[in-house]
Amino acid sequence: MDPLSPPPPVRRILVEEAPTVALPPVNGNGHRPHAAPASPLRRMPRADTAAIERMRTEALSVAYGQKLAVNQVSLSVRQGEVLALIGPSGCGKTTLLRSLNRLVDLTPAATRGGRILLDGEDVDLFDVTLLRRRVGMLFQQPNPFPMSIFDNVAYGLRERGSKKPSKRELEPAVIEALHRAGLLEEVKDNLDHPALALSGGQQQRLCIARSLAVQPEVLLLDEPCSALDPISTQTIEETIVSLRTEIAIVIVTHNLQQAQRVADHVAFMYLGDLVEYGEAERVFNSPVAERTREYVSGGFG
Amino acid sequence: MNVSGSHNAKPRDRTDQRAEIALGALASAVLLLIAFMIVFVFEKAWPSFAHNGLAWFGPGGNVDEQLANTFNSPANPNDYVYTMHAWPLLYATALITGISVMLATAVSLLSAMFIVEFAPAVMQRVLQPVIRLLAAVPSVVYGLIGILVLVPFVGNEVISGSQKDSVRYVIQLDGSSILVGVLVLTVMITPIMVAITVDALRSVPRHWTEGAAALGVNRWRALRTVGLRAARPAIVAAIVLATARALGEAIMLSMVSGSVGFAPNPLDGTTFFFEPARTLAATIVENAEGLSVKPFGETIYAFAALLLVSSAFLSFAGWAARQSMRKYTLQAR
Amino acid sequence: MNAPAQAPAPPPPPVASPPAHQRGEESWSRGDKLGVGLAWAAGIGLCLIAAAIVIFMLVRGFQYLSLSLLTTHPLPSLEQSQSGGFLDPIEGTVILTILGTLIAAPIGVGIAVWLSEYGRPSWLARAVESGVEIVAGTPSIVLAIFGLLVFQQSFFGFLSFTAEGNAVFGRSFFTAGAIMGLIALPLIVGSTREALHSIPAHVREASYALGKDRISTIRRVLLPASRRGIGTGITLGMGRIVGDTAIVVVLLGASLQIQPENGTPVWGLLKGTGSTLTTYVYNNSPAGEGGAPEKAYAAAFVLLIVVIFLNFAVDLIARGKEPGWTR
Repeated sequence: MDPLSPPPPVRRILVEEAPTVALPPVNGNGHRPHAAPASPLRRMPRADTAAIERMRTEALSVAYGQKLAVNQVSLSVRQGEVLALIGPSGCGKTTLLRSLNRLVDLTPAATRGGRILLDGEDVDLFDVTLLRRRVGMLFQQPNPFPMSIFDNVAYGLRERGSKKPSKRELEPAVIEALHRAGLLEEVKDNLDHPALALSGGQQQRLCIARSLAVQPEVLLLDEPCSALDPISTQTIEETIVSLRTEIAIVIVTHNLQQAQRVADHVAFMYLGDLVEYGEAERVFNSPVAERTREYVSGGFG
Repeated sequence: MNVSGSHNAKPRDRTDQRAEIALGALASAVLLLIAFMIVFVFEKAWPSFAHNGLAWFGPGGNVDEQLANTFNSPANPNDYVYTMHAWPLLYATALITGISVMLATAVSLLSAMFIVEFAPAVMQRVLQPVIRLLAAVPSVVYGLIGILVLVPFVGNEVISGSQKDSVRYVIQLDGSSILVGVLVLTVMITPIMVAITVDALRSVPRHWTEGAAALGVNRWRALRTVGLRAARPAIVAAIVLATARALGEAIMLSMVSGSVGFAPNPLDGTTFFFEPARTLAATIVENAEGLSVKPFGETIYAFAALLLVSSAFLSFAGWAARQSMRKYTLQAR
Repeated sequence: MNAPAQAPAPPPPPVASPPAHQRGEESWSRGDKLGVGLAWAAGIGLCLIAAAIVIFMLVRGFQYLSLSLLTTHPLPSLEQSQSGGFLDPIEGTVILTILGTLIAAPIGVGIAVWLSEYGRPSWLARAVESGVEIVAGTPSIVLAIFGLLVFQQSFFGFLSFTAEGNAVFGRSFFTAGAIMGLIALPLIVGSTREALHSIPAHVREASYALGKDRISTIRRVLLPASRRGIGTGITLGMGRIVGDTAIVVVLLGASLQIQPENGTPVWGLLKGTGSTLTTYVYNNSPAGEGGAPEKAYAAAFVLLIVVIFLNFAVDLIARGKEPGWTR
């Protein structure tokens, strides 16, 4: 690409339209028109579709030793929408996320109070391994295993029963998962190559495929794009939004613009407290709490 | 004095240069020593190899008889007897070392996984000194317990009369056997492997263990698939180390595995495990007094030459494997 | 490309019911449970074996050990009651350990220092590293008969007994001690290198910045700071020496009592032969000529205590106060 030409316009995610890569054509004067000013995000209206509640926390508190990281938080995670947890560093949003699939239990010093319900059942009452198959998670740093791409995606499916499914049996599920994650085109000829040879963005999408292969009902994303370049970020955001009708999605993000792009519901946390919780439009444009207003307008971070 | 701000102060003055050369010479002396060792031992061993050619490694006759004949060679150097077909010893060495390493690998992988993931805190604290203790017990103590407790037990309680009868004309079964040898040797080499494997499993990056957990894979599966895979180089190094140790074990095996240069016959079924055998190292230590008798000594040095080559090769392989891990641990072996 | 506002597309069909989750599935398969069970068995098994060894030796030791055994010289006699104790073997063990450590410590520290602080050219450093590894991995029986070969050369006649006809015996405390040093060497090199490695770079830089050259830095700053690591290595080496039997069998001569070579106070003793606890145990077991299992148990018990104590000492040294490098 000609280094002196203007950079491609920033694209907003429009769910109805397929993203394109072409620049606007050169007009008669020999100039490319500037991109139209970015229009506000177009979303599916909420009114007619009732999002189904999949998970709910009731007065959830998490403490590390004496320090309270999450304080009496109650919110709802629904299929059909993306819930974004926003807030400055250290406010407890990652801890909250990690308690939804009981990953905090792996930290010895952590204690939990309150309840978490998955489809109405208390998550403490069922097997944590089974819980994690229904509530998947994606991490900040892509963490593909030191295996081939195929083995990575098939991992969750292989390691969960007595019978080891054969490669042929697994192939359709793996292809499907890679397709949903938007990675299939790029790797379909190289499924046996080591996963660690992929680029950062590809690795993260591989991790998405890996999580999707297990067919979770809820997907938790812990700042999945913070280590990635803008193009990969864009692709992943598109994937997230396309998945929301089938899977309840919770995304923790540092990036307010990202939250504005993808979220339907927003929960703003500050120092462990849930300060504000509501629809994205309202929280960003007319927040109720003073602190939310300060944060959203960039007053602190 | 050089007032240099550079922290890579090259030794510019004479004392430093001399110190470097002196210390370097000292370090190189190790290499010289090894070179001498290889040369001297092979030089002493050569006649035995030369007189037998490749048949040295093959079967044929009774090893103990051949050793006795060599020991009783006439005084005239032209009449020295060198006949040696060392196959029973090689076979015994490979058999005992091989089985012990395989058993020890299985046991140490399982114990390491236990220590890292499933053991309650109390047991974790107990197992550390237990492993150190097992590694520290001298081989002669292992041998003593073996020969005074295990061998009579096996000889009297485990081997049946009919089994003894079945091989009566070939060999006497008294409990000294490859069974006892393998069992005790496994206990001796397991601790080394456990220590290395535990270290390696503990250094598996957390993001992999969390990633596996987040996929709904239980702790055992995650450890077995991701943990062991990540720890593979360390496990290979541990196996190499353990094999070298097993190869060189002379005293304990000479006490419990039998003092006959017999090649156990796998076609004997279970009786196979009750038959005695003697490894190269055990043979050397049992015949150490006769080293001054020329042809006999040269035959023994031939055994040592073989051991030297295999252990040098193994050590080098282990060092190369660990270089790719680049880690210094306190159990610096 | 950016279409103007339009009537929103019709709402999506009601979301499909959640994918049929294999709720009946289990999180631990039978193979997994078997694996965990085996892991438990392995861990507990090791503990049981260690306990069995310790308890058994304790019982036998208390049964057969008496103060007189520790303080009387052994006598060559087939009668148990007249064969004395094992004072000489104890002395033999002590002498060899001291001798081996005295030889191995300076050489080991020197090699470690060279590898850590100099190490040029790098191919030589790598060769020396692998050389130390090879020595570490060589069986002690092979080192022992190599030692015999070397020390039987007439050049080394001053280290042991030379018979008429110029045959050098080659077996003495000196020669055994030298090879004992060789087996302790890799342990000392390893621990010292680790200790030197853990000293942060700014300590060396500060010393150079003050104008000290490398060797002074090593002598005055680095080695004192590595005392703990060196101590650990030496203790580990001592443990290895105390427990070794093969070298003693080959290189110390088969005399039950300490037989000095001539009348000279220390030199004569070291040129002479003797035995150690390890060969005493070996010889008194059914594998040796003695049929004195009681004495063997008693000596083995003492040996075990010494080795456990040395291991404990390694722990103590390693746990000492960390030098406070402020970072």
